[in-house]
Amino acid sequence: MTAPDDGTPAPGAVGLRHLLSTEHLRRDQADALLATAENMEQALTGRAVRKLPTLRGRTIVTLFYENSTRTRVSFEVAGKWMSADTINVSASGSSVGKGESLRDTAATLAAAGADAVVVRHPASGAPHRIAGWLDGVGHSHTDGHVAVVNAGDGTHEHPTQALLDAATLRKRLGPDLAGRRVAIVGDVLHSRVARSNAHLLATLGAEVTLVSPPTLLPIGVDAWPVAVTHDLDTHLATGPDAVMMLRVQAERMHGGFFPSAREYAVRFGLSQRRADTLPDHAVVLHPGPAVRGMEIASAVADSDRAAIAEQVTAGVHVRMAVLYHLLAGEDVA
Amino acid sequence: MKTLIRNVRPYGEDATDLVVEDGLLVRDGTDPDETVDADGLVALPGLVDLHTHLREPGGEEAETVATGSAAAALGGYTAVFAMPNTNPTQDSPVVVEHVWRRGREVGLVDVHPVGAVTVGLGGEKLAEMGMMAASPAAVRMFSDDGRCVNDPLIMRRALEYARSLDALVAQHAEDHRLTVGAQAHEGPVAARLGLTGWPATAEESIVARDAMLAAAAGARLHVCHLSTAGSVGVLRWARETLDARPGFALSAEVTPHHLLLTDTAAEGYDPVHKVNPPLRPEADTLALRRALADGEIDCVATDHAPHAVEAKDCEWSVARPGMLGLQTALPVVALTMVRTGLLDWRGVARVTSEAPARIAGLPDQGRPLAVGEPANLTLVDPEATWTVRGAELASIAENTPYEGTDLPLSVVHTMLRGRWTVRDGKVAPREQ
Repeated sequence: MTAPDDGTPAPGAVGLRHLLSTEHLRRDQADALLATAENMEQALTGRAVRKLPTLRGRTIVTLFYENSTRTRVSFEVAGKWMSADTINVSASGSSVGKGESLRDTAATLAAAGADAVVVRHPASGAPHRIAGWLDGVGHSHTDGHVAVVNAGDGTHEHPTQALLDAATLRKRLGPDLAGRRVAIVGDVLHSRVARSNAHLLATLGAEVTLVSPPTLLPIGVDAWPVAVTHDLDTHLATGPDAVMMLRVQAERMHGGFFPSAREYAVRFGLSQRRADTLPDHAVVLHPGPAVRGMEIASAVADSDRAAIAEQVTAGVHVRMAVLYHLLAGEDVA
Repeated sequence: MKTLIRNVRPYGEDATDLVVEDGLLVRDGTDPDETVDADGLVALPGLVDLHTHLREPGGEEAETVATGSAAAALGGYTAVFAMPNTNPTQDSPVVVEHVWRRGREVGLVDVHPVGAVTVGLGGEKLAEMGMMAASPAAVRMFSDDGRCVNDPLIMRRALEYARSLDALVAQHAEDHRLTVGAQAHEGPVAARLGLTGWPATAEESIVARDAMLAAAAGARLHVCHLSTAGSVGVLRWARETLDARPGFALSAEVTPHHLLLTDTAAEGYDPVHKVNPPLRPEADTLALRRALADGEIDCVATDHAPHAVEAKDCEWSVARPGMLGLQTALPVVALTMVRTGLLDWRGVARVTSEAPARIAGLPDQGRPLAVGEPANLTLVDPEATWTVRGAELASIAENTPYEGTDLPLSVVHTMLRGRWTVRDGKVAPREQ
């Protein structure tokens, strides 16, 4: 086995078979994944050829039922930098009435020798279903196990996004996020990013506050390990360490969830004026792609405070860490 | 033909003999042609299900009148009402007559087709209710089940029109404007799982609205698969306070799965637990049990909904809602109502047979176990335990949420008008 750097937890030590959510990720697992991501970055720094042999001979399939350039590219780059073979499969539509079922597609990929399937799907829970089906089949040529990575399922979770956000915050704020105060602003109801971040940040000890109009909060959010407010200005005045802006998708703007894009920008947009009220060290995050002018002012998105580009970079390292812990084993050359 | 059933306990009470001759319960047990030892078995009037999906015509990959009738008989039923969301829809005399005739040919259970309220369940144009009522199927219950008659004007007209036919309208209470894309009960579980919520108010507001419309029309309203504690409160309010025209009647059913299962079943995203209305939190299940025991909810109905494997072995959000129910209904009632002390066997007879027969206006079902009455009987072993296996149920589909679960009570024998339809837990072939 080729460890990428000294100090990286052993591949099996994390005890993950799949990465389906952050809700069920333990503290030690999250810490190990984040530590590995940092070691991946160090291992690549200064190399003329950014290629580690870690996953040579492993096959990673990205199975995307929704378009997403940034997440797919991030996983593909992560796999290639560890010498895995990566194959991209684009699918569209649901499994009903449009050809092959999700189960058959998953079984086909497993039978063809995939060691990991990275899934993005519009249905919440689709990666859970695939993991359940493949655990019962086990076609992979290596050890019979096909790892499933959730790359975003419906309005449920997007665990690697939360991990890369945490990695970015650790770089900016220091390695211990305990007691750090993070505001998550915007459409929580439809956001898998918000769910994954709420769980992971709570696991890491941070204090999360959701800031959202009531129509964009799920009924039942009071059971989450977070605080909730509808008033962005009042919350920003409390001096949070980080502000995470969420996307508002175009179809929500016409769905009666709030009166107008203009009112949303006025009440929940991160304007320059609002950003100026933040403490000097406070970080601004956005999962992208951002709607500038509505969710976030261009000047804020382009300011030093914003960590949007760092998030993308951290995404590759975090996904390397996830694939490493799921795929690297004793039989890897 | 005279049958002597020895040492049976009617309604779970003292053991006695029941004698059946020419389709009736009689007094004289001498010289029987057949003697059945029913030691330890409880006798109930044959069960009546106001809410079954037999899927024929159009959905024969999941169920047929023949297989659904077998499941009904094995579940202890002697009469079932077949919901109209078939293909073609049961919205015309020819389709309801077809289903009724298929039921008669199979002969294991009385099959009463339910007529659609609106053409194609479209919610816009009243179906030919009068012609369905006048057909040989003699339809007396109308429903767009699966869809709510959402338009209040159409619902008002349906109630007024049904009144003139001495028929009732069974409403699937769901304000579809409040359940766009809904996948699971709106609450903490759905919020965490990222499933669009189905709010309790979508049901409760329709129950309140329809009760008011029915009271004003002097019509008979039956609420299908009532699922929330709030709906029970609305029923109570309607019965106590509405100023009704003569003829007003309000009844409600609850499904076995809403008495037992809760919204946490969605964890893991296996759509075998997806059903409409959705499984609710435990507080609702407990309120529904109490309401059934108190008579605020009149009866148990299965909402037996077979689905082919492809409709369930998929993503949660694309799966069809519904679960098998006919063969597990009485065991679940025993588990949730009898073992908890909420109902005795008299109470079970009331909610599974007498009340539904009365609501639907069936003269020869849900009758007392008494001399001179029709011999529609269900004999059950209340001490038995069995393990549910979808593949072993009589339905073509296997979508039971109780797969691998141990349930109490087994149905041992079922008799329809003096003829065994089930003997020793097996469908009894019809004698020629």
